Amino acid sequence: MSVKVYVPCDAAAVSVGADAVAKAIADQIASRRLGASLIRNGSRGMFWLEPLVEVETPRGRVAYGPVSVDAVPGLLDAGFLEGKPHKSCLGLTEEIPFLKRQERLTFARCGITDPLSLSDYVSHGGYRGLEKALKLTPQAIVEEVTNSGLRGRGGAGFPTGIKWRTVLNAPADQKYIVCNADEGDSGTYADRMIMEGDPFVLIEGMTIAGIAVGATSGYIYIRSEYPHAFRTLRRAIAIAHDKGYLGANVAGSGKRFDLAVRLGAGAYICGEETSLLESLEGKRGQIRFKPPVPAISGLFGKPTVVNNVISLATVPIILDKGGQYYRDFGMGKSRGTLTIQLAGNIKHGGLVEKAFGLTLREAIYDFGGGTASGRPLRAVQVGGPLGAYFPESLLDTPLDYEAFAERKGMLGHGGIVVFDDTVDLARQARFAMEFCAVESCGKCTPCRVGSTRGVEVIDRIIANQDRMQNLELLDDLCEVLTDGSLCALGGLIPLPVQSAIRHFPEDFHKAAPPPPANGSSKAQETQSWR
Amino acid sequence: MSKEQGWDADRALSRIRELERLPGALLPILHALQDEFGYVDKAAVPLVAEALNLSHAEVHGVISFYHDFRHSPPGKHLLKMCRAEACQSMGCESMIRHVENRLGVHLGETTEDGTFTVDAVYCLGNCALSPAVMLDGKLYGRVSREVADFLIDSAQRHA
Repeated sequence: MSVKVYVPCDAAAVSVGADAVAKAIADQIASRRLGASLIRNGSRGMFWLEPLVEVETPRGRVAYGPVSVDAVPGLLDAGFLEGKPHKSCLGLTEEIPFLKRQERLTFARCGITDPLSLSDYVSHGGYRGLEKALKLTPQAIVEEVTNSGLRGRGGAGFPTGIKWRTVLNAPADQKYIVCNADEGDSGTYADRMIMEGDPFVLIEGMTIAGIAVGATSGYIYIRSEYPHAFRTLRRAIAIAHDKGYLGANVAGSGKRFDLAVRLGAGAYICGEETSLLESLEGKRGQIRFKPPVPAISGLFGKPTVVNNVISLATVPIILDKGGQYYRDFGMGKSRGTLTIQLAGNIKHGGLVEKAFGLTLREAIYDFGGGTASGRPLRAVQVGGPLGAYFPESLLDTPLDYEAFAERKGMLGHGGIVVFDDTVDLARQARFAMEFCAVESCGKCTPCRVGSTRGVEVIDRIIANQDRMQNLELLDDLCEVLTDGSLCALGGLIPLPVQSAIRHFPEDFHKAAPPPPANGSSKAQETQSWR
Repeated sequence: MSKEQGWDADRALSRIRELERLPGALLPILHALQDEFGYVDKAAVPLVAEALNLSHAEVHGVISFYHDFRHSPPGKHLLKMCRAEACQSMGCESMIRHVENRLGVHLGETTEDGTFTVDAVYCLGNCALSPAVMLDGKLYGRVSREVADFLIDSAQRHA
């Protein structure tokens, strides 16, 4: 059998040259007439090592990285097809500490298999969850998910089992499963990684959800900024359909489940579940009043499960190994694993799947290795653009939904963005309001108008115009946004703003910057970006 | 990206016909039209409205709601630059300013020679390799000023 060489097809790996490296390796294999085959796998999630090339050896897979195109002939000369030493050799992949210390449940296969090989998927434990689910009653499937303690990984942390039970118990001629793949939070990429690296696990999770609640139709709503993941999903769905895992007779069970993928169109708000449903229906992505919740009246007015990608992709392992197995990971009310995404100014950026309870400090230093710039860390934003900025003194906070809420923060989708000491938190607070103004759906006044007023008030604070009064006004405005907004965008945008003021007050009390010289810094003035 | 030919009602109609029966067909249709022409021409509004039994206002409302849909043809190359928090932490703002200065445009604009359209995006999901940009649908990570210059030079050579 020929040697297997793995080069990731993940968009992040490709963004630093993985396609070119794959081509160079294929060319070398051909020209040297070597008995080796090239496989495009998903990413292991160690992005600072991408493109990370692996070779299968009798000892296990040996990793080399980062590999450049120019290094490829030298690697072959050094005998990398036998896993021999080279300056870029990292040893056995599984022994790399960043990976070895993780607890990969949802991401068990990601980076190991060929994402579009259904046989690879099945031989690595795929479709065992569905097989078990098909032997259970719908109530028993929902019970298993409830027992696992799984909470919505999109950010809200609502118990998945309870949502499913509501849909199961809602009588209707048609129900839907909708996957929220509108992963718009900066600092997050776990959804993208799993959709590109192990798409069948999401398809299996949605199929199980459909069978559990009696839904025969599902949609994956994916953001247009993810063209690679969109293509992978379309192909994976076609493959699953061809092999009888989707369609009129799922895995020979006589049950139907159809799945389609739909592209968003660049609106952050469509990550909010009711906006997403409006968008899927072909409308402006404006949020809906709740109640009724989507579980009662969702897509096209029918009972609908709306779950995040990671929530749904976690369902197969829960059914396969049992709710109790999953529940045994984690702390307090946060059960199972969290997919932490280390991002921004971080030395070792990447995906860390670990039981809830790891502290921020452990994530950033033990896994992330501190800042990329080598400068002191000053602030960390967890949970995307609506998450709080934490100072160094809060780094011992455990990654747990409740622990973050207690400190007026938000765990959200598990993205951690690190900033070094060059960050200006007044500018970050301004950006938060600006982002809210750009992305507001416009339905409620606090968010639509308040965000623009917020930018203006922060501008006056920075310019030292009636600073104390404006700080007070900003506080007041944040209260209106928190209490008066219809959804989480307006309701949570005060988190980054007020945490910046609370933890980094000095940045709001600097001397006013000098007025820009004539005709300069136009870019800074450009506020209407689109 | 943008196609060579301009707006053509027959081609638009055939794309609309392919998709009009989908549940919630409006976004797929608008994406198809933008794929075909590089933008959504205002002449498409009545065609789409009639196919889906919607008012012109409803169709226009959807086109204008979403950042993706363009009202005029973009440049030959489309450069989307992320300016969300993770990329900010790695200095995207100065890289973006460099690109704006070099091309003589602001975000959201097209160069006078029609070679580049430069847009802001908020997150490309490449946050461990910031700053990130997307050029003609291809993602790039760790985009320093030098890398940005290289990408622009390469695109110009293939203009």
